[in-house]
Amino acid sequence: MACRTCLWLLGTTFFTCTVRLVVEGTEVGATQGSHPEPGVVGSNHSQAGGGHGSSISGIQIVTFKWHHVEAPYLIALWILVAGVSKMVVELNHNLTSVIPESALLIIIGWILGGIIYGADKMQTFTLTPTVFFFYLLPQVILDAGYFMPNKLFFSNMGAILVYAVIGTCWNAATVGLGLWGCWLGGAMGDIDIGLLQFLLFGSLIAAVDPVAVIAVFEEVHVNEVLFIMVFGESLLNDGVTVVLFNVFDAFVSLGGAEIDAVEIIKGIISFFVVAFGGSLVGIIFALLISLLTRCTKNIQIIEPGFIFILGYLSYLTAEMLSLSAILSIVFCGICCQKYINANMDERSVTTVRYVMKVLANGSETIIFVFLGISAIDPAVWVWNTGFILLTLLFIFVFRFIGVFLLTWILNKYRLVPLEFIDQVVMSYGGLRGAVAYGLVAMLDENKFKEKNLMVSTTLIVVYFTVMLQGITMKPLVTWLKVKRAAVTELTLAEKIQNRTFDHMLVAIEDISGQIGHNYMRDKWHNFEERWLCWFLMKPSARKSRDYIFNIFHQLNLKDAMSYVKEVRATHKVRESHDNLILQDIVPSVCLDMHEQDLTMRESEDFNAHHLLQQHLYRGRKQVLKHRYSRSHLETNRDENEVQEIFQRTMRSRLESFKSAKMGVAPAKKIQTKHQKKDKPQKVRGEGTFSPFLHVRPHSHPLIGNVMSLSTSLLGFETTSTATIFPLSFNLLLNLFLQIDQSQ
Amino acid sequence: MGSRASTLLREEEIEEIKKETGFSHSQITRLYSRFTSLDKGENGTLSREDFQRIPELAINPLGDRIINAFFPEGEDQVNFRGFMRTLAHFRPIEDNEKNKDPIASEPLNSRSNKLLFAFRLYDLDRDDKISRDELLQVLRMMVGVNISDEQLGSIADRTIQEADQNGDNSISFNEFIKVLEKVDVEQKMSIRFLH
Repeated sequence: MACRTCLWLLGTTFFTCTVRLVVEGTEVGATQGSHPEPGVVGSNHSQAGGGHGSSISGIQIVTFKWHHVEAPYLIALWILVAGVSKMVVELNHNLTSVIPESALLIIIGWILGGIIYGADKMQTFTLTPTVFFFYLLPQVILDAGYFMPNKLFFSNMGAILVYAVIGTCWNAATVGLGLWGCWLGGAMGDIDIGLLQFLLFGSLIAAVDPVAVIAVFEEVHVNEVLFIMVFGESLLNDGVTVVLFNVFDAFVSLGGAEIDAVEIIKGIISFFVVAFGGSLVGIIFALLISLLTRCTKNIQIIEPGFIFILGYLSYLTAEMLSLSAILSIVFCGICCQKYINANMDERSVTTVRYVMKVLANGSETIIFVFLGISAIDPAVWVWNTGFILLTLLFIFVFRFIGVFLLTWILNKYRLVPLEFIDQVVMSYGGLRGAVAYGLVAMLDENKFKEKNLMVSTTLIVVYFTVMLQGITMKPLVTWLKVKRAAVTELTLAEKIQNRTFDHMLVAIEDISGQIGHNYMRDKWHNFEERWLCWFLMKPSARKSRDYIFNIFHQLNLKDAMSYVKEVRATHKVRESHDNLILQDIVPSVCLDMHEQDLTMRESEDFNAHHLLQQHLYRGRKQVLKHRYSRSHLETNRDENEVQEIFQRTMRSRLESFKSAKMGVAPAKKIQTKHQKKDKPQKVRGEGTFSPFLHVRPHSHPLIGNVMSLSTSLLGFETTSTATIFPLSFNLLLNLFLQIDQSQ
Repeated sequence: MGSRASTLLREEEIEEIKKETGFSHSQITRLYSRFTSLDKGENGTLSREDFQRIPELAINPLGDRIINAFFPEGEDQVNFRGFMRTLAHFRPIEDNEKNKDPIASEPLNSRSNKLLFAFRLYDLDRDDKISRDELLQVLRMMVGVNISDEQLGSIADRTIQEADQNGDNSISFNEFIKVLEKVDVEQKMSIRFLH
């Protein structure tokens, strides 16, 4: 099987090369030589259409119309090749767990590049900035934005912005100035370069790349806060990179003499304009998408298409206005998630999710393969030991310094401080990737005499970070973690107690109001529920959220009834009216449906540790979920745990409440008879629930409890089912009141 | 107590709480506003229902036990002082406090007080011993429904076996401390309260 795919892959590339050779051979003119990119549709093709030459001797039954199809054919072929490479890479899982997929794809790119170079004597296919920025990058970023865990992202927004803006500026400045200093000191020999060019180079090499980060962090499972920091930083730093790049590019064009305070101030202002403008464009398009999906009920079959088109348009619009395109498309994805998921039909939502993943994964594969291929091109290689080594050193060292410095400052203001190991992973995980390469390839050779040097350096930096750091990331994390953990195995008591501590901390945090509802967030939630949902969501979508509640209501009503029945039976209280009331509601569902027969007796000597490990509730802090993944679509599995805990808690609360009230019942019986006169419609005979009667519903603590639970429902951000659980208590209570009022 | 409006916290009270618990002025005011927002009855004290109103506690396995821990023995209401006293257990231990004058009474957030708080979560009847039943109750709250009672019982037995030193088949407070001597209690039972 492996052999077959390898052969197929090689065969495809050979086919590509031979096709080209054949084409060149049969070409009349020599116009074919410089068509490097599959994405650029040359004008020569249509003109030189084979078979339409002026001299036709007779009718040709079959003609070889290569030029007719050249451009789309090559594109399709390359996509196929990239897909097959991915298949080859994924053949061996042991390999992919050691070496990240991106590194392997680059290696395959090298092989392919080598083959093509060997066949063509020049590198005909490279990753050009146009193709990269217009056709390969947008879907990757849209995918990132659409699947972004919003709550996590926004709660860590401050830290992410600090790293993205200040961190990137720091990196750019230090790398640029460091290199300039070393150049002045003569470490790089004689190259035609200046301070501004160094700063420009610094700014484009400073940015952490989202594509590379995701690709590597897929393998290394880190906690979600750390992940969102690095990921968020890699997405948001585009705002800074674009500004710095354009500013320094303009400065280089102007020449050093023209720079004065005005220009610098303009540069700073342009940062704000670019960043906020880009985000604004994204938000506007998100609104458009949401509004559009509100009306597409009759064309559900092409609904998904709108998302992609409008997302792409947001990217292009920002690019057109010279704002940050990445920020635009990220915010478009982030803001529209909720509304389009609510508005669109379920199948459309699934379609969007899967197509998004397909496109993003495909683009990423193509990007890495081409990054590899682009290297096999002697024309761009300029080696300058000093420059290259110093760049590598500086980006590495200054990243560490920058992250540690910023984290030290941030930890003073954060609730949950970032630990040492997190900082190490964050520094080490600052990978550079294709964005840097794309930017450097856009440089104008006339202004930047040393463009090839920069290109070579960028390529080496990308390979170093993606491959070396990618490969060593996992061992590094394991090593650091092992070093800190105790060598001895924990005792049972310690394990239990650790978990107890975690639950305790979470509870105290909730009680003291540390995490979660704060004033601004509550305000935003209220605003959003009232206005935005009304404006952007279909009326039926708003209602169907209630529909789900209703279904759960029915199920829980059954549960509640059977519970009441069960409790009453155990308390053995005589109720004459009971049978009447409960007769028409025959519950077939037992509340204790979870206690199944335990047939799993693992072995004679069962391992208590193992059992405990498996079954202890994980609680909020323990969940090391990888919220965003390029290749996996996961559903939330913790609902069972939450449901179990919730039911148990409510049950015990209800029991204690009931036992408290029932203990009071006999003494108050007489009084209720008197109160019968006041509220004739409510009172009718006694029963265990008569104590309810003399308590006004509004002052009833449990009802008040429930009301506030329901209002704070909207604060729950997770899946709809998680918001439903508090309602079941409501239903239990309603049940009591119903029974009680119907007596 | 009584009918005094509980919307204002007096300076003297803040000072007293500061001395007793070690919280800073701004932390105390912040937590006071949290206290009043929980206090729906506006009578200056919190009842169990006020705590139960916090939705997240309903999905915390130890939620009700922690709520209980706020209420002193046999009482149903907790005032702000009591609230802060309980929360003080979770203050991080600062370095300068470790060198404090040994004559002064032990701060609420010392290691042994933290452990005492955790111990009391198990030991409901306050007999200074965690019996097998008490341990079983807590275990049952913390595991899923797929463990049978027998299995849970064996886990409880083995846990007690590991910790018990004087053979009375229950865990006393000293044994509890000994078992957890390698655990970084200071870090595991501390929250950074906002400044």
